[in-house]
Amino acid sequence: MNVTVSRSPKLAVKAATKVYRTASGDFMALQHCSLDVHRNEIVSIVGPSGCGKTTLLRAMSGLHGLTEGEVMLDNQKITGPHPDIGIVFQEANLLPWRDLDANIRFPFEIKRERPDRQWIEHLLHSVGLDGFGGKYPRELSGGMQQRAAMVRALALKPSVLLMDEPFGALDTFTREEMNRLVESIWLDTRTTIVFITHSIEEAIFLSDRVIVLTGGPGRVAREYPVRFERPRSSEVMATREVFDLTNAIKRDIVGERESRLNGSAPQREATS
Amino acid sequence: MDSSETIPEFRKGGASKGGEASLANLSAFSRGSGMASAKEVLAILGVAVVVIGGIELALRFFNVPQYIMPTPSAIAYALFTDFPLILPHLGDTLVELLGGFAIGACVGLILAAVITQFPFAEKIVAPYILILVTTPMLALVPLLILRFGFGYTPRIIVVALASGPMVMINAATGFRRVDSAKIALARSYGANTLQMFWKIRAPMALPMILVGLMIGAIFGLLTAVGAEMVGGGFGLGNRLTTYSSMIQMPQFFAVVVILSALGILIYTIFFLIGKKWASWEA
Repeated sequence: MNVTVSRSPKLAVKAATKVYRTASGDFMALQHCSLDVHRNEIVSIVGPSGCGKTTLLRAMSGLHGLTEGEVMLDNQKITGPHPDIGIVFQEANLLPWRDLDANIRFPFEIKRERPDRQWIEHLLHSVGLDGFGGKYPRELSGGMQQRAAMVRALALKPSVLLMDEPFGALDTFTREEMNRLVESIWLDTRTTIVFITHSIEEAIFLSDRVIVLTGGPGRVAREYPVRFERPRSSEVMATREVFDLTNAIKRDIVGERESRLNGSAPQREATS
Repeated sequence: MDSSETIPEFRKGGASKGGEASLANLSAFSRGSGMASAKEVLAILGVAVVVIGGIELALRFFNVPQYIMPTPSAIAYALFTDFPLILPHLGDTLVELLGGFAIGACVGLILAAVITQFPFAEKIVAPYILILVTTPMLALVPLLILRFGFGYTPRIIVVALASGPMVMINAATGFRRVDSAKIALARSYGANTLQMFWKIRAPMALPMILVGLMIGAIFGLLTAVGAEMVGGGFGLGNRLTTYSSMIQMPQFFAVVVILSALGILIYTIFFLIGKKWASWEA
C-alpha cells in the first residue's frame, strides 16, 4: 500500500445535510456535518439521543442518502450499500427463523458467494461461540446474539465496520465484555471501525478519537484524541486522564443541551 | 418538542411490527397443547369416559326417544355399521374441499404477496376483499348450481371463494409486517427484490400464512358441507339432509362425528406444520 493512499481518509463525510420530510414539517437531522475516519482507526461518535448519530451512520453505510453533501469511501463517492462496509445494528438483528450458522451464511447467500468456512470458524472461536451454530437466536442471551451479529458483519471481511449503538440494550457487565471483544477483534483484524454510542466510557475505551456530535441539527462539536496503549487495562481506564476526558466530553454534551433548553434561540429549523 | 419519533427508526418497537393482533396467532394455539404425561392422558380419558358415559346414562334413564337424541353407543354403532355407505360421500366432500382449497389458497397467497408490494393498489382492493371475507359464500350456491349443474363444479368454486379470501387477508397481514431493521440488513448486502421476498418477507410472513391456511381450510369445509346441503345427491352435507329427513338420527350424528374429525384433522395438520416451520415465533 503506498503512502498517498494511506494518508487520505478511509471514510470521509463531507458537509452532510439531511432533512427528513415528515407530516409535521421538515426536520433537519444533520447540517454541514463533516468528519474523516482514517484507515485502521476506531472512531466513536457520541452525542445525546436524537442528535443525528444514527442518521449519520446510515448515510455512511449507503443505506440512506443525504439531502446535501457526500460520503467518500477510499475517495469514491458512496451511492448505495457497499460490499466493503459491514454494519452491526442496534439490536443483534438476527433472523429468528434461522439458526446461527444460517444467519452467518445469510450475507453469502445474498451475494451468491461461497462462505469462507475457515474464517467464520476463526471468528466464531474468537467471540466464544464455537459449538453454537445450531442454536436459534431466541436460545441465546442478548450478548451472544450481538456477538453472532458481529461475526455475521465481519464474515465478508469488510474494510470498514459501522456499529450503531450495538450494546445499548445490554447490561453493564456484558457491555464491558463486548467492548473488550471489539478491541480484541480490532487488534486481530485492524478493521476501520466507526462506533456510535451514548456511553462516553465505552467511547473512550474503544476509540482512537471520540467525536462529539451535538443535536438540533446534528453537527460535529468537538473531537478528542484518545492515546492510550492497547489493550487498555481497567487500570488505565481508572486514571485521572480518563476521568478528565470523560468530564470534558460530558460538559460538551450537557452544556450544549442546557443552552438549548434554556431558551436560547431554537436551532431546529422548520424550513417549510 | 422532541420530534425524534417522527423520524424513521430502525427499531424501537412501536409501529415496526404490524399484524400481531390478528384473527388468530400460531403461538396462541400452540400453548398448552404440548406433550401430555401419562398421568394427564389418564385424566383426559377419564373425563371423556365420565362425560360420554353420563350422557349415555342420562339419555337411557329419561327415556329420550332416538329421533330427538340418540345415545352415544347408538351413534358409535351407526358409525361402525354404516361407514361403508358414508365413505364415498366422505370422498366427495374431500375432493371438493381439497380442490377448492388448493385453488383458493394459491390465488389468495399470490394476491397477498403481490398486493402488499403496492400499498396504493392495496387500498383500492381492500374493500372488495373485505366483502369477500364477510359475505357468506354459501349465498352464491343456488346461482352456481343454476349455471354449473349439480356436479362438483359449483361446490369447488364456492369452497375456493370461501377459503381464498381468508388465506389472502391473513397472508397479507403477514406480508405487511415490515421489520425495517431486517430489510435494512438485507439491503446492506445488496439484496434484490426477489431475494428480499424469499429470504426476508416470506419467512417473516410464514406464521400468519399458516394461520390463514388453517382458517381458510376450515371455512372451506363449512362451505363444502353447506353447499352439499343445498343440492346434489352426494357429499357429507347431502347425507345430513337425507338422514335427517328419514329420521335416521344415529346415522345423522355419525356424519357429524366424521365432520368434527375432519375439522380436528385440519387443525392438527396445520398445528404440526406450524410447530415445524414457524416455532421461532412462539
